[in-house]
Amino acid sequence: MINSKTEKMHLSRSAGSEQTKLWETLYRSTNALIGFALFFTITLACFIGPFFVPHSYETTQLSLGASAPSSQHLFGTDVLGRDLLIRTLIGGQISIFVGFLATIIALIIGTAYGMVAGYVGKKTDALMMRFVDTLYALPFTIMVILLTVLFGRSLVLIFLAIGAVEWLTLARIVRGETRNIKTQAYVQAAQLNGLPHHQIISKHILRNLISPVIVFATLTIPSVILLESVISFLGLGVQAPLASWGSLINEGAQKFDVYPWLLIFPSIFFSMTILSLNFIGDAFRDAFDPIL
Amino acid sequence: MFQLSIRRLLQAIPTLWIIATLTFILMQLTPGGPFDQEKPVTPEIKKLIEAHYGMDKPIHEQYIQFIVKRLQGDFGPSYKYAGWDVDEIIAQAFPVSLELGLYALIIAICIGVPLGILSALFHKKPMEIVFMSLALIGICLPAFVLGPLLLLVFSTELGWFNPFGWNSFSDRILPALTLGLFYASFIARLTRSGTLDVLKHPYIQTARAKGLSSIRILFVHTLRSALSPVVAYLGPAVAGMISGSFVVETLFFIPGLGSFFVNSAFNRDDTMVMGTVLFYAALIILFNLVVDLIQIWMNPKLNRD
Amino acid sequence: MKFTFFLIIPLLISLFISLACTPAQTNVERGISEQVLYIGIGTEPEGLDPHLVSGVTEHYVLLSLFEGLTTVDPKTLEILPGVAKSWTISDDGLVYTFHLDSEALWSNGDSVSAHDFTFSYERILSPKLGAPYAYMLYPIKGAEDFHKGQTDSFSEVGVKAINAETLEIQLHSVTPYFLSLPTHFTWWPVHPPTILKHGSMVDRISKWTQPKNFVGNGPFALKTWRLNNGISVVRNPFYREADILKLNGIEFLPINLETEERAFRAGQIHLTSGVPTARIDWYRKHRPENIRFDPYLGVYYYLVNTEKPPLSDKRVRQALAYAINRESLTQYVLKGGQKPAYHFTPPNTGGFSAEKNFSYDPEKARALLAEAGFPKGKNFPEIELLYNTSESHKIVAEAIQQMWKQELGITIRLHNQEWKVYLDSRQKGDFDIVRAAWIGDYLDPYTFLGLGISDSGNNHSGWRDIAFDQLLTETTQTLESDKRFELFQKAEDRLIEAMPFIPIYFYVRSLLIDRSVDGWYSNILDYHPYQFISLTEKD
Repeated sequence: MINSKTEKMHLSRSAGSEQTKLWETLYRSTNALIGFALFFTITLACFIGPFFVPHSYETTQLSLGASAPSSQHLFGTDVLGRDLLIRTLIGGQISIFVGFLATIIALIIGTAYGMVAGYVGKKTDALMMRFVDTLYALPFTIMVILLTVLFGRSLVLIFLAIGAVEWLTLARIVRGETRNIKTQAYVQAAQLNGLPHHQIISKHILRNLISPVIVFATLTIPSVILLESVISFLGLGVQAPLASWGSLINEGAQKFDVYPWLLIFPSIFFSMTILSLNFIGDAFRDAFDPIL
Repeated sequence: MFQLSIRRLLQAIPTLWIIATLTFILMQLTPGGPFDQEKPVTPEIKKLIEAHYGMDKPIHEQYIQFIVKRLQGDFGPSYKYAGWDVDEIIAQAFPVSLELGLYALIIAICIGVPLGILSALFHKKPMEIVFMSLALIGICLPAFVLGPLLLLVFSTELGWFNPFGWNSFSDRILPALTLGLFYASFIARLTRSGTLDVLKHPYIQTARAKGLSSIRILFVHTLRSALSPVVAYLGPAVAGMISGSFVVETLFFIPGLGSFFVNSAFNRDDTMVMGTVLFYAALIILFNLVVDLIQIWMNPKLNRD
Repeated sequence: MKFTFFLIIPLLISLFISLACTPAQTNVERGISEQVLYIGIGTEPEGLDPHLVSGVTEHYVLLSLFEGLTTVDPKTLEILPGVAKSWTISDDGLVYTFHLDSEALWSNGDSVSAHDFTFSYERILSPKLGAPYAYMLYPIKGAEDFHKGQTDSFSEVGVKAINAETLEIQLHSVTPYFLSLPTHFTWWPVHPPTILKHGSMVDRISKWTQPKNFVGNGPFALKTWRLNNGISVVRNPFYREADILKLNGIEFLPINLETEERAFRAGQIHLTSGVPTARIDWYRKHRPENIRFDPYLGVYYYLVNTEKPPLSDKRVRQALAYAINRESLTQYVLKGGQKPAYHFTPPNTGGFSAEKNFSYDPEKARALLAEAGFPKGKNFPEIELLYNTSESHKIVAEAIQQMWKQELGITIRLHNQEWKVYLDSRQKGDFDIVRAAWIGDYLDPYTFLGLGISDSGNNHSGWRDIAFDQLLTETTQTLESDKRFELFQKAEDRLIEAMPFIPIYFYVRSLLIDRSVDGWYSNILDYHPYQFISLTEKD
């Protein structure tokens, strides 16, 4: 069993066939297609849509106030009479951008860190994991406040602040999985056969990690999008009158029983994005799956 | 395993010390003090107030005094809430958060794990989308949306629950749901992917070929290793759940620990910040140890490392 | 699948429980039958020591637990006897002699003596205690010197217990509003034996305010206090006028605004600390009998850094002030009946209503800006408007930013900071324009206009005007109110002319009140002694 498996993997090593397989699997999955279509539409709407909306995200119309959706304002207006459609689209630019970038940063740090800790083990593992414990415990609010004071505000700092927390849990998951994989017979066999570490990591460990990592990443994006609004609230990051999905949803949630559209429209965009990303994530997971 | 526990508890001491020191430095660097208000007191008076709390001494003396006090188990008085000690506050609020967190944990597991397994079993079937959407509710509707929605439906409209408070058992349900569904999403998604991974393993295929019922296969072979990422996730998650949630506590007016975590930072209530940070750190260390122990139990080979 | 039972069982259990525990009686109903008032107070009080607290929330609670020399008729704001059943004033207006009510007792049965007051005043004025509001006692002769450490002996301060029932207070100068001061919590007595049992006189860190230790002299006594969960007080059997008390107890609940409103709608509290703006229209329309807007002694303003160009130019500041459409802001954004502010002191502050000193005039604003060298906002540097993080400050800032953009063609960046960082920036002068607000401490224009004095700790604008300072000094030496008001008006004129503070609106306290509550009268001080409140069923 062990041998056949390693063999199989060695055999299917040619890059071309692998890519074809990946795209084939993605293509065959309807869920993936739905996911891609949905995500593409949302992104396109957020980045190109604003050019076609005849309103500005900041121009107020106080006497109009919060008005329900109408032909003038398809998504209605907020309490200052601003068009919610354009605000949602522009907010999407921020949220998608921050969500992706910060998640990728967290993904890279978390996976690499967790893998090294899990693979090397022993004292290195203990030391690295105690460092993670330490970062977990430090007061996040205070750190963000301190960042605003030390560096003023900039988008880069959002990534720094979010990156500092979001990779921790992933690192712990990856480390646990790496340790499990390492105990598998085929990895131990590869070690005995004198396969270099980087090959063991890339051939056996990384491939088996892909599944939890992708799942966790698709779940991290929404967390990051929401965290951005918390951080902006503390004065770091996006400033009014700009608003991200996180802050729009937050604002809408406080008023939704009076002005439901303030919550509904940004929430739909947010939920659809998450849903589509999870579809895409699942498809990737299947496509990368080492033993099909 | 016993050795591991002992070793980890010993490691906890320097870890906590480093956390305490870093937090101390962070608090020193952060602008604004506990006694700054919109109507400021004169600088002279502020100095006198600070003298009550030993904040007039040089930094290194403050630091030494601070470490010595914590070693004696004295967390000092809260700067913000006159007349209350930090340990008193934690002792009062933690049981509430613990209870809420445990209910949320039960909900998260009872919903997350079955949903995850179901969607794995229905992989590539239409039903999968239904289970997946259900699983994602907790993420698509963050607590500050889900809470008010639940309140609107079950309290305002149907009148089944109190709109606020923490008195009867029924007061526990909506907050626990609000808190638990978020974690349920993670658990469901991780369980699903873990189950799928394991289902494809040759040994499960072999078991299937032997004709055992698929449910037995699931329980005997799959679940244990499928849940490994879930367990790793649960370590910090449980520490987070039982140490309280600011949003849920504020929404439902629950006297838990979460609001102290958040407000102490805003109030620059240094002693309270330190108390909550160390408390949380201890929980994190504890639960991460528990996770490692469970993972060893699930995969005894790990013990050799 | 068999696994669905995992889902169904918890759901069924929760359904069953919820049906079994459906609340039968609301707090409002229970409150009426038991005469217990349920009141939302917004946030957790910082403490219950009247000498150490400073906020409005604390005032709501302490008013039930303590009583000063005088109190206020909530309907007319007339001064009523409190612990002092009568008083005499010397001809020069400098010496007040209070005769204490012999029936005034502490909640443990001890009688309230004049010595308790001297102890209390010595305590709050002791610099070591670090009482944030000690300056409220500065009208007493020698109080300021003692508080600032210039003299160590309290005997030089003008407070004397002639005997147990007679208290004499000598003032530093004539203070026309003096009798209204003892209604403020800084002037309330604390029980000396209790304080001394749990520490020294000047200990801040003390356990005396814990329910098991607490002794007060108010109509109610402290029963339980749990952080973020509520404070309950019960009728104090030793209260001097126990027979006029109708309530048996009060539950103070520190619930946040949105939750409070929900609780009110569900009949769980009688009174709220406020109303979420989004809900105001709904109540106006559907339940007008439940919503109230009381005038409130506070002003919301933008403080301008007059040391930074281009704001150092008076005309620029005026242009900014003239270009704000306050009517539209109060009507459409704030909605709670706030008054547009065209002067600094809120109307009817101790009888003084300043004259409207300018108006919304975009034409003039543009002209002024052009005069200052920025026609149509051209070349106007990008400046920042700083506010502390909060939904309500944000929308006001967003609205005003757009007004300035549309009327003047200038772009102002918004910048929010967390509360303490914001305070820090403000104190350091690290801002261009900053949001500010002031709630009056007592019913006299001085509490507002005093902010503009050169050495005021709250004047972060960098604006210094000796003539303005002089006018305000004169008001403290003038007894006749017409003349004082004239001086205040002159000070107002100077302030508005220079515009270091751009007034935006005057506060209103909006609240939700159940129809069963009797004896809660609207007044500008937001002063509602609980001994006058009762609950009756209305149909």
